[in-house]
Amino acid sequence: MNLKKIYKYGSPPNFYRFAMKLEPWCLSLGLFLIAIGSIGGLFVAPKDYQMGDAFRIIYFHVPSAYLSMSAYAAMGIASIIGIVWRSNVAFAVAKSIAPFGALMTAVALITGMLWGKPMWGTAWVWDARLTSEFILLLLYFGYITLHATIKEQKKADRAASLLAILGIINLPIIHYSVVWWNTLHQASTISKLDSPSIVGEMLWPLLLMIIGYMIFFIGVICRGGSAEVLMREKRSNWVKEV
Amino acid sequence: MLPRHKRLLGILVTLIGVTVAITLILSSFQDNLLYYVTPSEAIKKIDDDQSKFRIGGLVEVGSFKRKDGSLQSRFVLTDGIESVEVNYIGILPDLFREGQGIIVTGKFDKMKIFIATEVLAKHDENYMPPDIHALKESTS
Repeated sequence: MNLKKIYKYGSPPNFYRFAMKLEPWCLSLGLFLIAIGSIGGLFVAPKDYQMGDAFRIIYFHVPSAYLSMSAYAAMGIASIIGIVWRSNVAFAVAKSIAPFGALMTAVALITGMLWGKPMWGTAWVWDARLTSEFILLLLYFGYITLHATIKEQKKADRAASLLAILGIINLPIIHYSVVWWNTLHQASTISKLDSPSIVGEMLWPLLLMIIGYMIFFIGVICRGGSAEVLMREKRSNWVKEV
Repeated sequence: MLPRHKRLLGILVTLIGVTVAITLILSSFQDNLLYYVTPSEAIKKIDDDQSKFRIGGLVEVGSFKRKDGSLQSRFVLTDGIESVEVNYIGILPDLFREGQGIIVTGKFDKMKIFIATEVLAKHDENYMPPDIHALKESTS
């Protein structure tokens, strides 16, 4: 690995130019895949043998739950890079991820409740999976609030990043909660690669949705991150040029 | 050691420390984190002075009975080893059927029948269209 090449993107103007180039591609490709996945999931995929059409909420529930955790992982890693390398760009990226991650967590929780009400017979229980995902939402809120309440930029970055880093521990807890404890929530369907528990004609729209959400998310980081970098560097010469 | 190596080490040590602490906390609260117990475990608690708790198991095939014109239902919950008779008045979830995983909340009465106040259906992680399900059923 050529570290110098990576360091290059750590400089604000380089990051800004790179992100601006990447952003439209990611946002449009992401939306395109989400559109195809939605059509596939809502109209093409067959009904489930037990849940009928109601199972189709999986096409929104699973990708948003997946993204709520990937976004947090990205925010945590950006926070570590920010603290260890004192990288302003990494802090900006972490900060721009938080609202999107919180949104994904909220969507995962709400679609889960809509799904749980008719199928389980309840919208909410405090089992290990639901509780740990709820804690994830609180972590996002904590990060956003902490950042907003501390006036001095550097202190706010450091404090919020420490919270984000400690919260990383929650990610394996969410993932393995259905394995470690008895939960009302079912076990994972697609992350066990040896024997997928979903047939191919139901699986492909789900995978398209997840990949679409992922690519869209990268576009969101580019957009939010570059805007945040501009804000932070507003007094420097390169910003005046753009 | 460069300052950034110190900071990286600091983060790693903190993370490991907090992970160990949380692992210890979670493992000591293991029993409370279980959302339900199996019928075998429930049978052992039958004579205890009880507060409400949850049992999770499969509805035994052929055990479901409903009083005509009422919401009162009776069924047997089993884990393949022990079984518990359950009495419930109320609306059952869509996924409730014989052979299905179910979680009931309630307590045992003096006749050792579990009086449920809530019935939840547990869905498994398998998704398939009806024709493939029928195919699987006939081959197994």
